[in-house]
Amino acid sequence: MIYRETGQFKSSYASDQAIFPIVQDRVLVLLGIAAAFVVPPLVANEYWLQAVLIPLLIYALAAIGLNLLTGYAGQVSLGTGGFMAVGAYSAFKFATSFPWLNIIVVFLLSGLIAAAVGLVFGVPSLRIKGFYLAVATLAAQFFLVWLFNKVPWFVNYASSGTITAPTRTLLGVMVTGPQASAEARYLVALGLVAVFALVAKNLVRGRVGRSWMAIRDRDIAAEIIGVRPMRTKLLAFGISSFYCGVAGAEFVFLYLGSAETLAFDINLSFLVLFMVIIGGLGSVLGSFLGAGFIVLVPIFLTNAPHLIGLPLPVALQKQIELMVFGALIIFFLIVEPNGLARLWQIAKEKLRLWPFPH
Amino acid sequence: MIELLRSVLVAPFADMAGNLTFLTEVLFGGVAAGLMYSLVALGFVLIFKASGVFNFAQGVMVLFSALTLVGLMEKGVPVPIALALTLLAMVALAFVIERVVLRPLVNQEPIILFMATIGLNFFLEGFGEMAWGANVKKLDVGIPDTSFIVHGVQVNRLELTAALTAAVLVGILAVFFQRTKIGRALRAVADDHEAALSIGIPLKTIWVVVWSVAGLVALVAGIMWGAKSGVQFSLSLIALKSLPVLILGGFTSVPGAIAGGLIIGVGEKLGEVYWGPLVGGAIENWFAYVLALAFLLLRPQGLFGERIIERV
Repeated sequence: MIYRETGQFKSSYASDQAIFPIVQDRVLVLLGIAAAFVVPPLVANEYWLQAVLIPLLIYALAAIGLNLLTGYAGQVSLGTGGFMAVGAYSAFKFATSFPWLNIIVVFLLSGLIAAAVGLVFGVPSLRIKGFYLAVATLAAQFFLVWLFNKVPWFVNYASSGTITAPTRTLLGVMVTGPQASAEARYLVALGLVAVFALVAKNLVRGRVGRSWMAIRDRDIAAEIIGVRPMRTKLLAFGISSFYCGVAGAEFVFLYLGSAETLAFDINLSFLVLFMVIIGGLGSVLGSFLGAGFIVLVPIFLTNAPHLIGLPLPVALQKQIELMVFGALIIFFLIVEPNGLARLWQIAKEKLRLWPFPH
Repeated sequence: MIELLRSVLVAPFADMAGNLTFLTEVLFGGVAAGLMYSLVALGFVLIFKASGVFNFAQGVMVLFSALTLVGLMEKGVPVPIALALTLLAMVALAFVIERVVLRPLVNQEPIILFMATIGLNFFLEGFGEMAWGANVKKLDVGIPDTSFIVHGVQVNRLELTAALTAAVLVGILAVFFQRTKIGRALRAVADDHEAALSIGIPLKTIWVVVWSVAGLVALVAGIMWGAKSGVQFSLSLIALKSLPVLILGGFTSVPGAIAGGLIIGVGEKLGEVYWGPLVGGAIENWFAYVLALAFLLLRPQGLFGERIIERV
């Protein structure tokens, strides 16, 4: 009843090509964004912001990045953690070498560095594809993490080998460093992810996104109709790594505060890949849903035994958590291989027809 | 600059020629390590060939089988019975995986199946540790981890045994695949699922068989690696070390897994001993990948992988 597009006529090309062509969608998204900016800083406590919302936004940004590459351009990558590490370490170097640089500029610059690195490691995609490529991107993962571990220049010769986010302000408010409030960090992360999600949404419906999808669906056919595979694939690697790089920089500056290379190991790559698959390949919304799922499920699993008054030994609980997490992933893949975004789509179809069955 | 080039291109080879005994030891160590990688890679290849699944859980299957074996032995079960029981457990696992994971996901995209095996990976990791405990266990197979000397070259007994076992296992598998009826059925399924089905090969049975064989290979790998470095969580990480072997040898080739394992094993050891110190060591995590990658740029389908001719 509410979700009905009757009477909404498209009378110009612009309205036909809008990102959200249906009024209700537009209103819902705008309301959602406004609520995200206003409600959590007022309502949520420190724990919720720090442990749930901030990582969720940062993971969502990384997931959008990987989704551009894997979901839209069809190139499976297991090097996300490595590219995020590039972003984090270059942000650290920029911030400490040029203290006067605006923190947003630092994030963008480190994204660019990550994009350059991504281009280099994207070169094998011109020759190999599928799982061979996936394994080849592991080379990026292991090599980059090793590099940051081995070369002391990246950590400014700190003996501990960790990078720590220096204190920086934005519009007079402290947003990074140990004294920055969770609210400020949340808002910065939210602003960045909102802008980049919009950019991604626009990228994938334009020429670039269409050439990515053509390559994904049938690379040879795409080549024949004039999509240049080399440029398209490398562009996908570059832009995806840019997103991952910015997410990596935020990961240290807005979420962890300080980190070693261990934070960027292969598990991070898998985590982001999970988000993309569970959320839905080829869907920007899915990246958010997937990030929410992967962030919330472990927290729920950790707290569930306490809620039902069942105290468990820590080790046993950790093991059960692993098992349930693994089983849930298999369960979700079986129930809906196209991800949470597809469930949302089905729900929308149903809403459209409601209360009629057809 | 000249100095740098010299230290990269000349000095390591001079070192090699200067001490041939040491070189032989390094090479032997490489071959032994390579065969162990091959064992793990073999498990991947078997499953990929028969069901098109890139089974990321192979490493955890190695860990799980070794944990089960050690756990049973600690309970006082005699070795042959413990072995048989572990093997039974792996077959049961194959049944469950086929029923619960593979059958509902039939005809899905390869990446979905890949993700499902990562889920399986998490599940088995938690399950194995819950059932048998997470502490490091010693697996004693009765072969001392000592060396003897042949013509001045140190040979590790354990590594030698592992290498021989791997060779024997590969031989048995080759006969199984080439000569037995079920082996032929496996190869038919690998070639074409639908054609195999249409001539009456039961796909489900074949999958159980293949996952069971992969479980057996995992068990052997688990025993060998477990005897060498103890049964612990890090055992599951050798899956990551055998991935370069896979891309080098090709996902679908058993000889490729062996040859790839040898190349990676030897290349890794040589790189670590002769070039590693130049960049500060600890290069074994990524060197194999770079080696495989460089190779792939020349031959994208791997060493023995099938050349796929694509049509639109």
